[in-house]
Amino acid sequence: MGFEFNNETFRNDFTFRNSPRAIARFPFPFDRDDYMYSVNMEPHVPGRPGSVFEHAFDVDEHYLAEMRDRALVLKDDPLRCQSLPHMELAGWDLLELIMESKARDYPHWFELHKTGNRWTWINRPMEIEQTFTFLDPSTLPYGPMEYITRQTQGDFTLQDQRDENLWIEAGMVTTQADWSLDFDIGMSFHEWHAPVPLAHEKGVFDRALKFLLKLQHGAPVRRFNWTMTVDPLLDTSPENYPKWGPTKSQITLDNIGKRQHLRVELQTLWRLPRSNAIAFPIRCYLIKFEEIVTQPKWARRLHRVVRDLHPDLAAYKGFLRNRETMVKWLSQYDDGAPTSPGWWPED
Amino acid sequence: MSVGAPRIDVIVSEVVEVNDLIKRFRFVRADGGDMPHFSGGSHVVIEMNDHGTRRMNPYSLMSDPADSKGYEISVRRDDAGRGGSLYMHRHVKAGMRMQIGHPVNLFPPDARAKKHLFLAGGIGITPFMSMMSQLAPVGARFELHYSVRSRALGAYVDRLTAAYAGRVHVYVDEKGEAIDLKTLLATQPLGTHLYVCGPKGMIEWVKSTAYAMGWPANTVHSEEFLAPPVGQPFEVELAASGRTLTVGAAQSILEAMEAAGVDAPYLCRGGACGQCETAVVRCDGHIHHHDHWLSDDEKAAKTKIMPCVSRFEGKTLVLDR
Repeated sequence: MGFEFNNETFRNDFTFRNSPRAIARFPFPFDRDDYMYSVNMEPHVPGRPGSVFEHAFDVDEHYLAEMRDRALVLKDDPLRCQSLPHMELAGWDLLELIMESKARDYPHWFELHKTGNRWTWINRPMEIEQTFTFLDPSTLPYGPMEYITRQTQGDFTLQDQRDENLWIEAGMVTTQADWSLDFDIGMSFHEWHAPVPLAHEKGVFDRALKFLLKLQHGAPVRRFNWTMTVDPLLDTSPENYPKWGPTKSQITLDNIGKRQHLRVELQTLWRLPRSNAIAFPIRCYLIKFEEIVTQPKWARRLHRVVRDLHPDLAAYKGFLRNRETMVKWLSQYDDGAPTSPGWWPED
Repeated sequence: MSVGAPRIDVIVSEVVEVNDLIKRFRFVRADGGDMPHFSGGSHVVIEMNDHGTRRMNPYSLMSDPADSKGYEISVRRDDAGRGGSLYMHRHVKAGMRMQIGHPVNLFPPDARAKKHLFLAGGIGITPFMSMMSQLAPVGARFELHYSVRSRALGAYVDRLTAAYAGRVHVYVDEKGEAIDLKTLLATQPLGTHLYVCGPKGMIEWVKSTAYAMGWPANTVHSEEFLAPPVGQPFEVELAASGRTLTVGAAQSILEAMEAAGVDAPYLCRGGACGQCETAVVRCDGHIHHHDHWLSDDEKAAKTKIMPCVSRFEGKTLVLDR
């Protein structure tokens, strides 16, 4: 693939960084100079070679470091991974989806060999070789969802579908933008989205639910979400808020380029075939402000989006107190020139 | 267009005459690959080219979800219907190439149920066959009560009694046998979910009895695909595409739109899923609502219609499509 996995951390000394290659392929979420909520879903079909859309599940230079960080989070707080008893079949569906996708898309790193229900999974980057019986949880060291999501970047939730609603009833959540699986588990679609401002009034969630209830197997969809994070911390959880919340007060014009990160979630939605549940991978990408401004189009646009964002959204996304500093710092990279439509940096 | 997944090119690998009224069809992939996995209770839409008329009928998958080599459906011949089942019976032979949709499940078993109680009438047995195939290997608790007109028309009675001995109860109308529904419902453990699939009268009887006995609505599940009914031809105006179409006697509004090249959403084509819901811009006349999707209030308001099954009689019908 032409790159090596970074040896980096997402805590303490925060050595995380993006290579020039990773910056160029960063999923910049703004396709225009302003932002407001919308359902903004599109088919999750393979995209430009080299982009984060090229494959069903993107594996990038942060893979091993992210998996090490996930293991540390789980060691401190096992409740970050939960699955209600009736969701086990959905967990197997997810395991199969990820193993088949990765073995197809990255054959030099991953292999899956099947003899009936006897499967062998090889994950070379993580030095794992596991033979197990599909649908028999006693043959894996963890439940099927936990097993595969300890080897896959991004958070995952599994939604059961019943009574014309979706219910969040399993998940692996260690790289979340300030929400808690332990708090949300068992909630319906509107319940777990209740804290989001403005979108309810616009009917966004009614339309999104209606759309998702009809989501078909074989036709996954994707959308973006984004927020801001101080320091490259994957685990911005409510459980740990005392550890990271106060860092917002440390942002200055001198350190903002290095410490302020745009946090982008590439969210995909998949109908699972055996369980009829919906899998919701939430893949988090971080980028430093000083890395963003190496792309002139993104620098101009981010300045305009942050400057003009509805204050309720800036508050919900947790950066209202630093907005002025952000705008001031970003303004030096915005010469007022028009930006081209779409999010690709070079277009 | 249906949302999402592409259609699957298949070959009819087997046609079996199960009895006087029912034929079973097996489909395998034309490219020799595996079929997508599916969940018990799913259906697929089968596309037929009936001598120039395009028909797309939904049928429940009855085969074992663990069988990824092929899908099986059973089709009951309806001599008075619009012709889809007649086409399947008369013209579909082994070796033929066809196209089918991806499986969609509008009738899934509730994964939290402590016990699944299945009530089938006639050809309504098919979704339960895939559900039981999926539930049995994982040790789920279930029980089937299966009503048939006569023993000869009881497709799959022998197969099911052999496979699930002690859990299958058969009632033959001709012999005067009938489910003692009240006793059955009164003796179920807490956490039981009830599922019914069969003729309209049976579904209504089971649901109303269960509700009257205090069963919570979210534990009572039913599926009834409606064949679009035959009726008088009528005209419909499409506001967005600026077209006026004539809907034929044996055609649905959805089919008329498709034949005219108007892109309209659909999924089940049987009045159950809600995907084709369309706003009514103007209605001077009477909409014959045949679907299970709109509420009684919505039907009375004449502001929405399900073009897959509903018809119109009167002066003007204008749809937002």
